[in-house]
Amino acid sequence: VLLLTLSVVAIAHAELCKPDAQNAFKVRLSIKTALGDNAYAWDANEEYLFKAMVAFAMRRYTSRSTTQISNVLLCNVTDRVSFWFVVTDPSKNVTTVPGSKVEAAIRMNRNRINNAFLLSDKTLQFLKITSTLSPPVEPSTPVWLIVFGVVLCLIVAGIAFLVVAGIQQRKK
Amino acid sequence: AMEKSRPLWDNPLQFVFACISYAVGLGNVWRFPYLCQMYGGGGFLIPYFIMLIAEGMPLLYLELAVGQRMRQGSIGAWKIISPYLCGVGVASVVVSFFLSMYYNVINAWAFWYLFHSFQDPLPWATCPLNSNRTGYEEECEKTSSTQYFWYRETLNISPSLEASGSVQWEQALCLMLAWEVVVFCEPRFFPSFPQVVYVTASLPYCVLIIYLIRGLTLHGAVNGLVYMFTPKLEQLSNPKTWISAATQIFFSLGLGFGSLIAFASYNEPSNNCERHAVIVSLINSATSIFASIVTFSIYGFKATFNYESCINKVILLLMNAFDLEEGSLTADNLSEMKDYLMATHPQEYAQLSPQLKNCSLEAELDTAVQGTGLAFIVYSEAIKNMEVPQLYSVLYFVMLLMLGIGSMLGNTAAILTPLTDSKVIAARFPKEVISGAVCFINCVIGLIFTMEAGNYWFDIFNDYAATLSLLLIVLVETIAVCYIYGIRRFEKDLHTMIGRKPNWYWKIMWAFVSPLLIISLFIFYLTDYIVTGTLQYQAWDATQGQLVTRDYPGYALAVIGLLVAASTMCIPLGALLTLIRKRLKRESVPTV
Repeated sequence: VLLLTLSVVAIAHAELCKPDAQNAFKVRLSIKTALGDNAYAWDANEEYLFKAMVAFAMRRYTSRSTTQISNVLLCNVTDRVSFWFVVTDPSKNVTTVPGSKVEAAIRMNRNRINNAFLLSDKTLQFLKITSTLSPPVEPSTPVWLIVFGVVLCLIVAGIAFLVVAGIQQRKK
Repeated sequence: AMEKSRPLWDNPLQFVFACISYAVGLGNVWRFPYLCQMYGGGGFLIPYFIMLIAEGMPLLYLELAVGQRMRQGSIGAWKIISPYLCGVGVASVVVSFFLSMYYNVINAWAFWYLFHSFQDPLPWATCPLNSNRTGYEEECEKTSSTQYFWYRETLNISPSLEASGSVQWEQALCLMLAWEVVVFCEPRFFPSFPQVVYVTASLPYCVLIIYLIRGLTLHGAVNGLVYMFTPKLEQLSNPKTWISAATQIFFSLGLGFGSLIAFASYNEPSNNCERHAVIVSLINSATSIFASIVTFSIYGFKATFNYESCINKVILLLMNAFDLEEGSLTADNLSEMKDYLMATHPQEYAQLSPQLKNCSLEAELDTAVQGTGLAFIVYSEAIKNMEVPQLYSVLYFVMLLMLGIGSMLGNTAAILTPLTDSKVIAARFPKEVISGAVCFINCVIGLIFTMEAGNYWFDIFNDYAATLSLLLIVLVETIAVCYIYGIRRFEKDLHTMIGRKPNWYWKIMWAFVSPLLIISLFIFYLTDYIVTGTLQYQAWDATQGQLVTRDYPGYALAVIGLLVAASTMCIPLGALLTLIRKRLKRESVPTV
């Protein structure tokens, strides 16, 4: 009976987590691009960490501590490294959490997830989840006006000096 | 005759530096490399040097000699040669006036970029974000961040000439600053700054040397240099090559504006202007070649950078589509992997192929650019990819400023010298007032070029204000000196001044070769205008993110006609007025 239930669960999971399944997201990592020589290999431990981060994100977003690591299913891991994941609803059996909730949870905690893997928005991509781009740092006064003001004052002072010198010379 | 003491250059070196500072201008940096690229690479140097010897040196010597002999600005000098020629001087002043109206806007743009170079990252390195921060500004996506910065943030250009728009206050401020710098540096009208020409002449060379060292050490620079210097000798049979060489020499030396006459008029009469003419023209040409070496290493770097980015984009696309391991696709095995993927996954590959661009280094190198596009877009694109871009950016725009201001000083001298020499005006106003008034009027008119459609008006002035008129002016000058004043009289004057007569080379060039060359250039320009029919211009289309060609509206064509007519008509009008005045005098004499 145990074997039967296990196999049923496995089949159910396989049904839920498929490429282009409902509420499933594709993730793509570019570890070698980001870290070069310090790149780590993607193995089962990294996958465990990923599941933990997604569960963490869901917990923070829903403010309920019910999502378990076992609720996050990964499948179709390729050499790229890319894979699909889906989050199952802990309260209801064999159903997935709606994609919009997962997306909102990931967006809220994107920074934490990126940092856990030493990656960035560009190298840890959740396809279909757009990230908010950070605006460039803008100082309160535009820098160019400051430099302009400095040069302007120098030139005006110079002209004034020359005009005064010219008048004085003429008086002599 | 009472001769008031004329201010003189402190020493001949100052004079040479002033001429170099005037002649070596933006054209050496942004036009010569373009011509080299278009007309045969290394092979272009052959017609270039032939034209230098045939028209450059002789005409330069002619103008310097006239100025030094007559010791007057252009109006006075030509009046002395023949009273019927006062129109030539006036035409020179009019052309110089038009030039100073629009040329200083370039300095304003250089100031704008210079002030913006003190930021990290450089403002033209990245696109600004759109309003809801999910992506980049749409116009910037379609084109590149450097083009966006030039067309939108600097010029705020309108879609066509008719849509004038408002004056951009930031550009207006920079323009006013540029004019203040000119007023400050104008060497003849303030007591203590003729030494400024030392700085404006030598600083560009320092920057060019720094850029040469930096440029040659950039990755991919060699590609650009090889591309430029491989001579394509078949271009020598193209008449446009020879015409471009002739026009480049002609305009690069700044003949016909009256600046050279003005500068030479402040010389000691015994100054050896023959030697100086040769020196200045050789240095001018050498600088052009030097600048194009720098430009082509920068081109090579930019082209290689873009080519490698293109390849990397293709690699990324393929890796993502087929989920291949990182590092399995490199630039070297790309073509083999493409064939392999095409064979194993034909359907997916076929879907992907419209996005797979064919990256080509030649195509990148072939993009030949000249003018403000080269100076402000291509160079700033190359700079943003260098290390410590702020330093190179500051150096580069300071160099552009030195080149531009050096030429502006020559220009204002061309206007102010005849005005202060003329007894009519100089008696009533002191020279500071005259120079202040001229600069102020030019600045106010220059505000037109800071409007949203300003760049289109700039192109009009740049293409038509000085081209035909100068050819006519210099032609009349040469014919006047050789045939009206008389070449023997001129020889004698030169003998008194520098102690020896000009040899047969100079005389043949002055009397036959240079006038013939100018006449053929003149005919070429006229036929070109007639054949192409309506005149067109390049307008920036923000929706597409690229330049489109449009026809000039009626009033713009009228302005073009006015520009050309205003200066060329001065010559016959001047002769006519003198004729009438002489007739009236002759008629009034018997009644006395």
